[in-house]
Amino acid sequence: MMTNDFVIKIATVNGTGSASANTLLMKSIFRSGIPVMGKNYFPSNIQGLPTWYEIRVTKHGYVARQGKVDIMVAMNAETYGKDMREVAPGGYLIYDSTWPRPALLKREEITVIGVPLARLCNESFNGVRTRILMKNICYAGVLAALLDLDLQKIRELLAETYGKKPALVDSNMKAIELGYAYTKEHYKCPLPLRVEPFSKEEGSKTAGHIMIDGNTAAALGCVFAGATVAAWYPITPSTSLMDAYKGFADRWRVDPETGRKNFAFIQAEDELAAIGMVLGASWNGARAFTATSGPGISLMNEFLGLAYYAEVPAVVFDVQRVGPSTGMPTRTQQCDLMECAYASHGDTKHVCLYPSNPEECFYMAVEAFDLAERLQTPIMVLSDLDIGMNDWMCRDLEWDDAYRPDRGKILGLDEILKLDKFYRYLDKDDDGIPYRTLPGVHPKASYFTRGSGHTQFGTYTEDSVEYQIVLDRLVRKFHTAKTLLPKPVVRMHGTKTDVAIVSLGSCDGAVQEAIDVLERMGVVLDYMRVRAFPFGEEVEKFLADHRTIFVVEQNRDAQLRSLLTLETAVEKSKLRSLLHYSGLPISSSFIVEGVLAEIAPGGDRLKVVDLPRKARMP
Amino acid sequence: MTFIPKPKVSHPSLPKNALGFTRRDYEGALSTLCAGCGHDSITAAIIEASWGLSLEPQNVVKLSGIGCSSKTTAYFVSGGHGFNSVHGRMPSIAMGANAANRNLTYIGVSGDGDTLSIGLGQFCHAIRRNLNMLYIIENNGVYGLTKGQFSASADIGTKAKKGETNLQAPIDPVLLAMTLGASFVARSFSGDKEQLVPLIQAGLRHKGFALIDVLSPCVTFNDHEGSTKSYAYTREHYEPAVHADFIPFEREIKAEYKEGEALTVVMHDGSRIVLRKLDAAYDPTNRIAAFAQIQERMKQGEHLTGLLYVEPLQQEFHDMNGTPDAALNAVPYEKLSPGAKGLEKILSRYR
Repeated sequence: MMTNDFVIKIATVNGTGSASANTLLMKSIFRSGIPVMGKNYFPSNIQGLPTWYEIRVTKHGYVARQGKVDIMVAMNAETYGKDMREVAPGGYLIYDSTWPRPALLKREEITVIGVPLARLCNESFNGVRTRILMKNICYAGVLAALLDLDLQKIRELLAETYGKKPALVDSNMKAIELGYAYTKEHYKCPLPLRVEPFSKEEGSKTAGHIMIDGNTAAALGCVFAGATVAAWYPITPSTSLMDAYKGFADRWRVDPETGRKNFAFIQAEDELAAIGMVLGASWNGARAFTATSGPGISLMNEFLGLAYYAEVPAVVFDVQRVGPSTGMPTRTQQCDLMECAYASHGDTKHVCLYPSNPEECFYMAVEAFDLAERLQTPIMVLSDLDIGMNDWMCRDLEWDDAYRPDRGKILGLDEILKLDKFYRYLDKDDDGIPYRTLPGVHPKASYFTRGSGHTQFGTYTEDSVEYQIVLDRLVRKFHTAKTLLPKPVVRMHGTKTDVAIVSLGSCDGAVQEAIDVLERMGVVLDYMRVRAFPFGEEVEKFLADHRTIFVVEQNRDAQLRSLLTLETAVEKSKLRSLLHYSGLPISSSFIVEGVLAEIAPGGDRLKVVDLPRKARMP
Repeated sequence: MTFIPKPKVSHPSLPKNALGFTRRDYEGALSTLCAGCGHDSITAAIIEASWGLSLEPQNVVKLSGIGCSSKTTAYFVSGGHGFNSVHGRMPSIAMGANAANRNLTYIGVSGDGDTLSIGLGQFCHAIRRNLNMLYIIENNGVYGLTKGQFSASADIGTKAKKGETNLQAPIDPVLLAMTLGASFVARSFSGDKEQLVPLIQAGLRHKGFALIDVLSPCVTFNDHEGSTKSYAYTREHYEPAVHADFIPFEREIKAEYKEGEALTVVMHDGSRIVLRKLDAAYDPTNRIAAFAQIQERMKQGEHLTGLLYVEPLQQEFHDMNGTPDAALNAVPYEKLSPGAKGLEKILSRYR
């Protein structure tokens, strides 16, 4: 019995309406009070290529992939063989039995469920396109019967989705009922793997939660932070962040009396222009941001160096995708860690934030604007495709109306009038952060912004000493940054151990689950998730306190490990990499296996309590 | 280079503008360009034009990219903020700055390399957005700071100082801007202050993207025999077609114009430009005819100059975006956040 704890994977062809069926299934489970995870593996294509959707029903509330499939809905003939092979022993395969399936492809240890989806839909609907779309809705009905989903909740969801088109609610519901009725009639329902609302005592495990993607949450953060200038060039997987910002701004930023928009939304000609616009706007006192992915950061490098050196605030969201080069644009990775930390020529370093889920995208977006203005430098928020484009179950976002933007050290007219003279790059407060002024306030406050060598007084220089004074102060500013950035999140095991995992961003869910699994096997680990670069004291301490540290990240070259060795005092040999870079989100089983592979051969080297022999994930 | 401060000594008898400022108040740091550089004359014309319009110095924003021309933004209106950005990307900085505060005066100074090679894309897109700014190209057909390579505006057959002949076709910023729908397109010569100053004033008051391509000979690398951008060659081949007298809203038209000779264009703020046609056949309000004539004369080796095309009442970026009249950077935070109650409403969609 695996009630409320199993994985469904749905294989379809993109552009055939399966996305709405998948969302429907996931949300109906979520609304029944059972935690759920959804991941979309889609091609860089509009129509006709294979696409998969993975739904994990998880009573424990795990947010990552587990790494196995219990129920496969194999709707795509092209991938049928591969999809069948992926089903775990004891699992189920659902296929469209309108046509016979290849006889060669058989597995005795799984249960195959055939439903003539195409035939059912062809009999009930007209039009080629409608029939294809309805066939994909129909499998939701099959799953509803097998998993014991609440049809009433499904109808409610359809009504919300197609509120203005009741005919669509009826046709979709009809398709679902066709699949539902056929399955009930021909198979024993529900399966042992099923969804069952928790008892009254246990209560809902999804109350106080939402299902939201990271791009939407980050966009909301931008709106709440008071960002008014948004400039961007379309690139997957960041585009939906800008779309969401525009959607929210159109709803919340239009003056009800005048109809004027309290934001500027500029689609730039390329990423170079996008970051240029952000810098121009931030320099001129607006909160401005852009969203892009790795290739965009590559193009922005020159301007990022200017912003670092001339000390212009900016907020840049990098929703990472698979590289190098064009790579796999619709797959996820954490491959821009080095690129963002040191973007541009010359001695440059940038403040980076690493959200781990949509909830953190929201709060870190707001924080990024405060930090950008406080530190007068670009803040890079490194999300990834998994966080940005998948719906995650998160706690309700909260907002404190007492929040006011931290505009940092901007001199107003009164302060300017009190000055004899204004000097842009003086370290008056000994924290490495100078004062700035905005155009249009007073002629006394004017200064010249430039990427060429400048003195602390803001004038051009080619003098070695004057040049170094400014460059050295920038290092002090970077040290100040360490004290202002989000602290790492540390999960210490009750039992003392000197083995640990260090990770970041979207690896978090998989690491958390892996630690639970390993603990049950007798392997005790501490865990630290870094949330910002540069690393502060807490990171140093954690690294110093552990003897063996697994660095879990989603790229080939161990970029987090590199950053740790470059920017902390950690001994390189202590850090062991667990690298996942297939383009799919990392799974908990990958980490469990990785840790066990390291510690199994010489078990005594690490602190292992009661490790079962040949322990491996099922 | 701008490390040489200019001593400020003003004679009490210097004329003052409406704000009580003398021309000296619109100067900047001392120029470090070569003696006789055309760019310095353009700087002087910008100072004269800004003084004449009584611009509040702090409301002037000066923007540039990289190159000899881009240095000049430090040489005028020291009371305004300046932004010397990266090569060819000034238009994007200008776009962002203008988006944040539409109520300042944006002057961009660029060169033919900065605009027509590395920055061609941004230049074109600033025009498409009708970004409200004055964009001056100090056009000398050559890369000065890197010592004399041809730029994209070099004419076919022109000779470099070291003797090489250019064989590639030039990109003409005036024709390009007209193709892209620019609403204010002018050409002038750094040596013709009488023509240039009123053009700059009209360009500053124009709502939208105002381009002035100023032929500005490079005395060091492109003033030799065989060059088509030398002082001598430019003087010989430039042909004033339309003289523009700029008359601010507050002032009356005093000069007398002969019947049929002058054409008055009213700008968005009520200012007027009186266009004196020096070439009777030229019509600066007809894009297609003007384009053909400029091209025709170019074939004969002549540069028509003056306000070559103007269309004063076009929508600029903010009109298209629907932003308020006040600067976006001054909208109170309370108007920008949906607040905790708003968030609750928003989240209901995600349950």
